[in-house]
Amino acid sequence: MSMWINRIDTHILPINFQYHAPKTLEEALKLLAEYGDEAKILSGGTDLLVKMKQRLIEPRHIISLRNLTELRGIREVEGGIHIGAATKLREIERSQIIAERLPLLHEAVKAIGSIQIRNMGTIGGNLCNASPAADSAVALMALGAELHAQSIEGERIIPIENFFKGPGATALKPVELLTAIRIPPPPENYGWAFRKIGRTSLDIATVNAAVLLTLRGGRIDLCRIALGAVAPTPVRAVRAEEHLRGREPTPELIQEASELVVEDISPITDVRGTAEYRVEASKALVRDALNLSIERAGGGGR
Amino acid sequence: MKIRFKLNGREIEAEVEPNTLLLNLLREHLHLTGAKYGCGIGECGACTVLLDGEPILSCLTLAVEVDGREITTIEGLARDGELHPLQRAFLEEGAVQCGFCTPGMILTAKALLDENPNPSEEEIREYLKGNLCRCTGYVNIVKAVKRAAEEMAR
Repeated sequence: MSMWINRIDTHILPINFQYHAPKTLEEALKLLAEYGDEAKILSGGTDLLVKMKQRLIEPRHIISLRNLTELRGIREVEGGIHIGAATKLREIERSQIIAERLPLLHEAVKAIGSIQIRNMGTIGGNLCNASPAADSAVALMALGAELHAQSIEGERIIPIENFFKGPGATALKPVELLTAIRIPPPPENYGWAFRKIGRTSLDIATVNAAVLLTLRGGRIDLCRIALGAVAPTPVRAVRAEEHLRGREPTPELIQEASELVVEDISPITDVRGTAEYRVEASKALVRDALNLSIERAGGGGR
Repeated sequence: MKIRFKLNGREIEAEVEPNTLLLNLLREHLHLTGAKYGCGIGECGACTVLLDGEPILSCLTLAVEVDGREITTIEGLARDGELHPLQRAFLEEGAVQCGFCTPGMILTAKALLDENPNPSEEEIREYLKGNLCRCTGYVNIVKAVKRAAEEMAR
């Protein structure tokens, strides 16, 4: 990224587009149906405008979500916790419901960028930007979130595991809008942990990890491990999860499981870290996150 | 496109293009040059302004998006020729070196004190982490924010 700063004039937005600010969701979906491929959704703009300044994308139409209050807000519903896709990250960070019911998401959202970025950016934007390093994504994967997508044809629910298709690519069709994130009620007495490595606390993750687990009779029962910035999309460490399930969490078992994360990741070398470093960091983050989760689930840890 | 918004307490009407950035509207059309163009990509915080009281980055905000909202820039902090306690504290503590980061730094600090009138050093550093100072005068900046908090509590 640093190389780009001097080569590209980020002083202006060098692209002309038509700006739309629909007043209702229906109107927004109609615009998407009409312009689809040529349109981009403007939610917080912290990723979109950067990409447009760098001419990585040149949309002809911008559809702003600024008037769609129905896409905002956090509430408890029958199927768990509902977060409108255009809810600001800062609002999630400040939400009592999230802090109490989903501390894992609270911590992951707090790790995103700066106050300014969280005042602007939205949870839906963080997901649709589809960065392999998105902090909210690993937390929502560990929490088993479902994503609600709408088009004029109707609504479709996408499990978060099936949402990411590659860097910047999602399962959304050009005519679809992400409207909400639904998180199922977390199990009783669950343990959780979020871990992130970056050069500074402001940085995009070099590696991030989230764990959610429960213990039953001293053995690991439910277990979800998600890792970011170590594959083209955020990933579940399925092999490690399988190795842990139904077994007593001894230090040896935790060590074995954290070694197994290499089976599900395929890190690359970039400005933030080398592939070799990311492999070692993944193992260490998962080991730490598992230990902390077990402790929080009442298992005493290491 | 015609937009109306409140700028430093005054109702403003402006004619903007869809791709006009808020920072450029402020600096080039409204001649408020307090907010600075630093990195242009959301890393440095030099362009910080307050949108309805919350710090945001004006170089990553379309001007049309602030229609109907309220913007505060550093020019709007002094009252009747009296500097804001934060501005005074920055001067008194020597928290200003080249001054490029100062407007953003003070506005972010104002939002912090509005929300948390008595922040710890750790809370100040956490809240201000999106405002980079390349003269590296962070120690005095933190001192200034503490001093302003004390003064405002009186």
